[in-house]
Parts: sequence; C-alpha cells; structure tokens
Amino acid sequence: MELLCVMIVPFLAALAALAWRDNRRRPLLLPAAGAIHAACTLRLLRAPSAPLPDAWLSLDALGLLLLALSSVLFLGCAIYGVEYLRRREERDNRLFVACYLFMLAAASAVAASRHLGLMWIAMEATTLSVAPLIHFKRSDRSLEATWKYLIMGSVGIGLALLGTYFLALAASGSSGGGYTLHLDDLLSLGPRLSVPWLKGAFIFMLVGYGLKMGLAPLHSWKPDAYGEAPGMAGAALAGVLTGCSFLGLLRVYQICAAAGQLDFAKDLLVLMGLLSLATAAAFMVSQKDFKRLLAYSSVEHMGLLALGLGLGGGGLFAALLHFINNGLAKGVLFLTAGNIHRAFGDKTLGRVHGALRRVPVSATLFLLGFIAITGSPPFGLFLSEFLLLQAAVAAGRWAVALAVVGFLAMIFFGMAGTAFSVAQGDPPDEPVRPGQGDSLLTTMVPGAFALALLVLGLYIPAWLTSRLTGAASLLGAP
Amino acid sequence: MEQTAQFLLVGTLFLSLALLGTASLSGCVGLVALQGYLLALLPLFIHREGLTARALLIAAGMAGLKGWLVPRVLLHAIREVRIRREVEPLVGYIPSLLIGGAITVVAFVLAGRLPIPPGLRSGLLVPVSLATMMMGLLLTVSRLKALTQVLGYLVFENGIFLFGLLVSRDMPWLLEMGVLLDVFVAVFVMGIVIQQISREFDSIHTDRLTQLKE
Repeated sequence: MELLCVMIVPFLAALAALAWRDNRRRPLLLPAAGAIHAACTLRLLRAPSAPLPDAWLSLDALGLLLLALSSVLFLGCAIYGVEYLRRREERDNRLFVACYLFMLAAASAVAASRHLGLMWIAMEATTLSVAPLIHFKRSDRSLEATWKYLIMGSVGIGLALLGTYFLALAASGSSGGGYTLHLDDLLSLGPRLSVPWLKGAFIFMLVGYGLKMGLAPLHSWKPDAYGEAPGMAGAALAGVLTGCSFLGLLRVYQICAAAGQLDFAKDLLVLMGLLSLATAAAFMVSQKDFKRLLAYSSVEHMGLLALGLGLGGGGLFAALLHFINNGLAKGVLFLTAGNIHRAFGDKTLGRVHGALRRVPVSATLFLLGFIAITGSPPFGLFLSEFLLLQAAVAAGRWAVALAVVGFLAMIFFGMAGTAFSVAQGDPPDEPVRPGQGDSLLTTMVPGAFALALLVLGLYIPAWLTSRLTGAASLLGAP
Repeated sequence: MEQTAQFLLVGTLFLSLALLGTASLSGCVGLVALQGYLLALLPLFIHREGLTARALLIAAGMAGLKGWLVPRVLLHAIREVRIRREVEPLVGYIPSLLIGGAITVVAFVLAGRLPIPPGLRSGLLVPVSLATMMMGLLLTVSRLKALTQVLGYLVFENGIFLFGLLVSRDMPWLLEMGVLLDVFVAVFVMGIVIQQISREFDSIHTDRLTQLKE
C-alpha cells in the first residue's frame, strides 16, 4: 500500500501541477507531496519486509536506501523550493514543479523495481523529467547544458538498455530458451548464466548507468548541467538521479556476485573510481565557477562509490553509508550555493567574494558543507571515507589506498581555495539585490541537512546500521 | 516468412547507409520514418509463431510512434526553424559512407563470433542490429545540426530495438511499449529543445553551443 503511494502520490501531484493555473500557489504541491511521500517511506523503513517473490514492484534493502534518501532530499528541497519559486515568481514554474514531482515518482519506481526492464523504463523517465529542470533559467547557456545532457544521457541510457538485453541472453543460454529479466530469476540462475554475455552486460550497464552517474571519463555533461540548473534541481540531480543510476549498477553487481564473476567487475569499478577521483582533482584545483566545482565534487564522490564496490568486503558497507552522506552533503552545498548565486547574481570567483558578510547564514552553511564534503571530521563523510580506506588496506590494496588519500588531499586544497574565496573578503560595492538575502526558509533546510551530517559523523543509529548491513549483505558482504 | 524478415533487415541496413549520405534534412527524416515502418513489420515475421496478438500490438506501436508520430514531430521542428540542408558535416558524405561500409563489415565479423545461443541465430538480425547501432552513433557524433544528432540517436535506438527482438519473444508486451514510449518522449523533448535553440541562436548548429567549457 505504502509502496504504491510513493509512486502514485507524486505522479498525481505532478498531473495536478500541470492542470493548476495559479503560478503563486502551485509550488505548495511540492512539500505536500513530499510530506506524504516521506510519511509512507518512514513506514516502509520502520518495518522492512522481504521482497515478494515474482513481484515486479517490491522493495528490498538496497531499494529502501535509495527511496529513503530520495524522500529526505525531496522533502527538504520542496520546502526550500516554495521560497525559491516565490522569489522567481516572474518565471512560469508549471513545468518545473510538474517535472520535479515526476522525477520523484520515477525515482521511487526505480527503487522498487525488481524487474530490470521495468527499472530501465523508470530510469529513462527520471532522465527525461530532469531536462526541463536544467532549462528553468531559459538562458542560452542553460539551453546548451540541456542539449548536452539530453543527447549524452539518451545515448548512455540506450547502451544500458543493450546491456539489459545482454542479461536476458545470458539467462537464455543456460535455461534452454527462456528469457528473463526478473532479478530473482537472474540471481537464482547464478553460476549457470552465460559468462560472456554477463560480462558484456556488465560493461554496457557500467557505461550506460555510469554515464548517468557521471563517472569519469563519461562525466563531460555534468559540470554544464549542474552549473546551469537552479540549486534545488542541482541537489536533486546530485542526490536522487545519481542514486538511481547507482542502484542500476548495484543490481548488475548483485547478479555478477551471484554468478561468481565479481573479480572482473571489481577491477573495472576500481579503475573507473580512481579515474573519477583523478579527473575531479585535476579540474577542481583551478575551478572559477563554484557551481561547476560542485559538479566535479559529485564526480569525485561517484568515483568513491564505484571504488567501494570495487574493493568489496567492508567497502560495500562504506559505499552505502557514503551514498547517504554524499546525498545529504550535496543538499547542503547546492541549496546554499543557490542562495549565494542569487545574492550576487553571479557564480564565478571574480565577482563573488565576501559572502559571509552578505549572506552570513548561507555562507557559513556553505563552508560547513565544504568541510563535510571533503571528508573532514566530525561529519559523516569522514567516517565513510575512513571505512573505505580501511577496506582498501584490509584488501591489501595499498597502492589504491595511497592514491585515494593523495587525490582527496588535492581535492581538499582545490575546493578550499574556491570555498574560502567565495566566503571571505569584501563583498562588491553594488547594493545587495533586493529580496535575495537570507531568510528562514532558504537556510533552514540546508541547516537541517548539515545537522544530520554532523549526527551521522558522531553516531550512526542502530536501525540505520542494520538497514545498511542488510543492504550490503545483498551485495555479498560477509 | 524467413525470407520476408531477411528482406526487411537488408532494407533497414540500406536505409541506415543512405542516411549517411543524405544532405537534405527532410529527406533524412523520411528515411528514418521508412526505417521505422520496416522495423514495425519485423516482429510479425521474425519469430516462427507469426501473427500473435502481441506481435501485432508491437508492430502497431512501432509504426504509430516511430514511423508516423516521431517524423511528424521532427518535420514540424524543421518547418519552424526553416533550415533545409546539413551543411559542412564534420565528416563528409563520401567518407561517412565509406565508414558506414566498414562498420557493416565489422558488424558481420563481430556477429559471427558472438556466442549467440543456438536456435536464435536468425541470419541477419544480429549483424544488422550491430551495424545500425554503430551507424546511429556515427551520425550523432559526426553531424553538427541538432536535428541530425536526434536522427542519429533514433537510428541507434532502432539498432537496439533489433537486438531486443532476439530476446523479446518471452518479454511482456508492456515492457516494450514502455521502452517505445520513453524513446518517443525523448525525441519529443529534443524536438522542443531544438526549437528553443533555433530561437535563441538563430541556427540549429550545435557548434554554436560552446559557451560552457573549462
């Protein structure tokens, strides 16, 4: 019942947003649907049940994590969005609100899909529903970003579909003519899956869903899209959308684990993880645009997730914990970056400095978000990155551990330069843009996300540990 | 039955090749529409069971969306932006055709080596599917106009559809309808973006889209 609600409520709310003519009150649909979604998710989270056999839509521990993170981020961004869209009242927000809600409905369907074909359909729906969000500013730059996102995203997701068909072929070779894309069937076939097709499927799904996650070298659309999208869309892109494609990757990882073909998959994941870290480090050091900086930070953290999967063992738990932490931290950073962007009317370092004086609360939270995202204690990401390094050492991969530490240090310095230059100094002389200062609604949500990150750094509640362990065990963690 | 299917597959391959050498935009859309209709007929002939309700439904869906509706959306976009020809593609027409020929050879060699489960090797299906995908990707990366890139994406998607026919017999029809609908919506959104690009830049050249870079 709750499971149907999390898909249908946002979908109906999206239809309502399309039909509602009142531009001023329409954004209220966002927190309303978000609250119902969160309430249903909470019920699912409190009493998780084993997925029903043969059901196409049913939640397991991995899907539950994605659903929970999406729900929290969405609710936060929705509350923030009411104020944001009020300040941007001159723009028609009908499509923006509707697509934001469609995205939540599709993301919930991705989380609940037990059938990989259905999952692909929902995944493509999330991709498409985000395109109008990137184009909300209707400038030529946002148009360019939208176009790149659409073309690259469509080709990428097409490759993922090919990979999905490969999986069906892998199953057919073993069972004598039957094709199946149901996760339970594929997992139970396990070692009887045809190995060459399975490997092909993994590669194509890694490329396809990896492109959507933004793993290097498939990340080139990401800085453009994140840089041009409004802050609340950026938070959804970096938390929810990447999470959906991460789940896609987890599913094929699960199947490889069941088939005993993980070694091959792990090597590729470690390689792409390290490459993403290196790319992020290289482009963050001299980045002049603080929203594009956040995009590279997202490339970095997607790399860490891939790395965790590639290391296996304790790395799986670490990656899942990191997934939650990264989503929350991106919420803090994108929402506050949006506040700073609006207060200055610019997002390049040449024009933006002294944010601490102009928008003190947002700038403080932005700095806190920077401290958190670079993995400094006492925030949650410190813990998950530490666990990740521990897993690398435990697996005897000293070179990987050293490389990760080196890249993280470079990224820290690269990001520190930008973050402090934004926050400190004297604000430019021109007067503060009217109505674009800090307010309770624009700072409350990132503040709450930052607090949650702090709590997760100091203490992980027992129920969360048990959900994470359950999810990691699905991936083959001992 | 079998022969009709092979004939349709050869036609699909030739249409992809013809697309590589066509300069007129509306001509390109016409070729893609024709390819959509050919692909719509395939499910009726490719499997031995022949005319099942499921195959008819998919054929109707394909013909309606890829043969009729998608080309209409694209033609509408062309009319809006009033541009007829693809000038100066990154790779010329003759070289494109030569690469297309090479792709076809590679696809046939590759398909011969793939471990296709016995009973599935229906002649031309796999090589034509691989060749169509690769030519679609070639079009997407080698043309500068936003519209030709969309056409390339469509051809690429057609190739994937062909590959899907290999495994589609036991798939629920809802799935394929879902995939088809997603592709349609993708093209629809792209069509809208193309109109925006033409309004904004007075051109649908994607080489004008170069403001965002490091």
